[in-house]
Amino acid sequence: MNRLFYIGTFIAIVFIFTAIFASKIATHDPIQSIEYTDPATNTQKTLRYAPPSRENWFGTDDLGRDVFSRLVHGAQVSLTVGISVVTISAIIGIIIGALAGFYGGWIDQFLSGYVFNVFLAFPGLLLAIAIVAFLSGTQPTPEERLRHLIIALCVTGWVGYARVMRGQVLKVREYDFVQAARALGASNMRQLFVHIMPNAIQPLIVQASLAMAGAVLSEASLSFLGLGLPPPNPTWGTMIDQARGIDTLTNATHNLLFPGIALALTVLAFNFIGDGLREYLDPKQRKR
Amino acid sequence: MNKRKFLGYLKRLGLLVLVVWTVVSLVTLMIELVPGDPALAILGDQATPEQIANFRAKHELDSPAFFFSVGGENGFKWNGTNNRYFNYFKGLLTLDLGNSFRTDRPVLDMIMERYPATIKLAIAALIIAVFIAVPLGVVAGTNKNSLIDNAASFFALLGICLPGFVIGPLLVYIFAVKLPWFSPTGNLYPEDILLPAITLGAALSAILTRMIRSSVIEELGEDYVRTARAKGLSERVVIYKHVLKNGLIPVVTILGLQLGVLLAGAIITEKIFNWQGLGSLLLDGINTRDHRLVQGCVLVISVTYILANSLTDMVYRRLDPRIRLS
Repeated sequence: MNRLFYIGTFIAIVFIFTAIFASKIATHDPIQSIEYTDPATNTQKTLRYAPPSRENWFGTDDLGRDVFSRLVHGAQVSLTVGISVVTISAIIGIIIGALAGFYGGWIDQFLSGYVFNVFLAFPGLLLAIAIVAFLSGTQPTPEERLRHLIIALCVTGWVGYARVMRGQVLKVREYDFVQAARALGASNMRQLFVHIMPNAIQPLIVQASLAMAGAVLSEASLSFLGLGLPPPNPTWGTMIDQARGIDTLTNATHNLLFPGIALALTVLAFNFIGDGLREYLDPKQRKR
Repeated sequence: MNKRKFLGYLKRLGLLVLVVWTVVSLVTLMIELVPGDPALAILGDQATPEQIANFRAKHELDSPAFFFSVGGENGFKWNGTNNRYFNYFKGLLTLDLGNSFRTDRPVLDMIMERYPATIKLAIAALIIAVFIAVPLGVVAGTNKNSLIDNAASFFALLGICLPGFVIGPLLVYIFAVKLPWFSPTGNLYPEDILLPAITLGAALSAILTRMIRSSVIEELGEDYVRTARAKGLSERVVIYKHVLKNGLIPVVTILGLQLGVLLAGAIITEKIFNWQGLGSLLLDGINTRDHRLVQGCVLVISVTYILANSLTDMVYRRLDPRIRLS
């Protein structure tokens, strides 16, 4: 395995660990503004735009909230959306792709010739935006929004798996051991699930890893556009959105940098893992 | 044109029509996803029943959604042709996308005001991406594993993992706040397009750089390159006349497919730079719950994307005889 794969795995583990133990790792309440007493006037003030310090590791934002704690809690949202989307869309995609590849004929014509093309005809992000926008009523609760985000990203995500799976099943179906099973009278379902699936699934692991990066990025994009969890819930996309006002940019650039770096590292990590796995699984593609 | 080729064209055209029809249908029926009454969402809780009834009548919200409805007390019920789905299609034939819930203006007019700005931005992004990627990819590919190759790979990696909504504000910070070279938002001066176009084109230029690099490396190993070199052509001519010509074929496909990504990415870029295009119109529609406007924007962006893809497909077939003949 190449070195980048290990770097990616390390970052991904840190990310997952952070997300799971967010409430333990966070040093402050992610929603509560930090107050302090101004010694000169002896009044209560909000700690706005504080630079990184020992108390607030990544500084504070425009409302005086601890950026590090918000970042850590934001990882939780990214991970929840990422894992749910990857799992659900992989299951849907694998089943539909396998059916198309295994049965062929008009089922395949309909699925790969028509349904896949329809879903690929929408720019993915646009479809996700539209679905979330239409599903959400006037005041969605965080749980509803989370569900809508996951639905929207699954609707756009499953086609990728289905296409890969279809190609794989088409290939594996013709192998001798499958022919042998068929000759021995194995039922269609047995051929598909016992003989074909386990031998066809490898490239989908790569797909899943790359899709994880995509899902985290899409969630952040939708949050950035105001279609993520409603404020004050911390997500990386909303943090970046709040950090891009000229006021915040000039006074506290770290508000933009830390969530930006966290997002980039996470996306990078899952891309590294995907590329590493691809090279490992397919020696022909190893770098020349 | 022989018969088989003609049938092939016909099949692709048929598929195109089918896909467009499905996309339009999905967009048309999307409004049914909205929980509760769209009229109530627009008019608010204070609206009188009369106001709501007027609004529903004006925007045809009280006619049935589809040809038939299932469920309720009557079970299956045939609604006839006076339904929203059919009427939306009928409107489309006369280029009528309905009226905005908020402003009551025709949605098509609102879209057409903004459409050129988005296309301008997408094309500018495309040009910037190609201008960065082609030289970088060629230099990286011809100097494999050198320092410059690694630098190009690093740049490409940055472009892929840093999303536009991080790059954009960073550019604003550097080139509009720290160095007052550009205005941070808006579209007043011609040079104002530069920052948004770079933001939008960054990811594309990264992908292109990678593709051109590997494409150049692959082509350099081909026999025709050895022949060209053997007959004494300079390395410049070999690379720019022979290698690049073949190496750019996959790039054309990517460019076409990426146009859709650019159109979707433009939504984000337009928000960052307050660029008055289709993307910011769509976001306005979402924020004001103007579902008719959102429908129209999604429809126009999707159809543009589909047409761009089919066009690419055609260009690709022209460029590569191997595909044209198969």
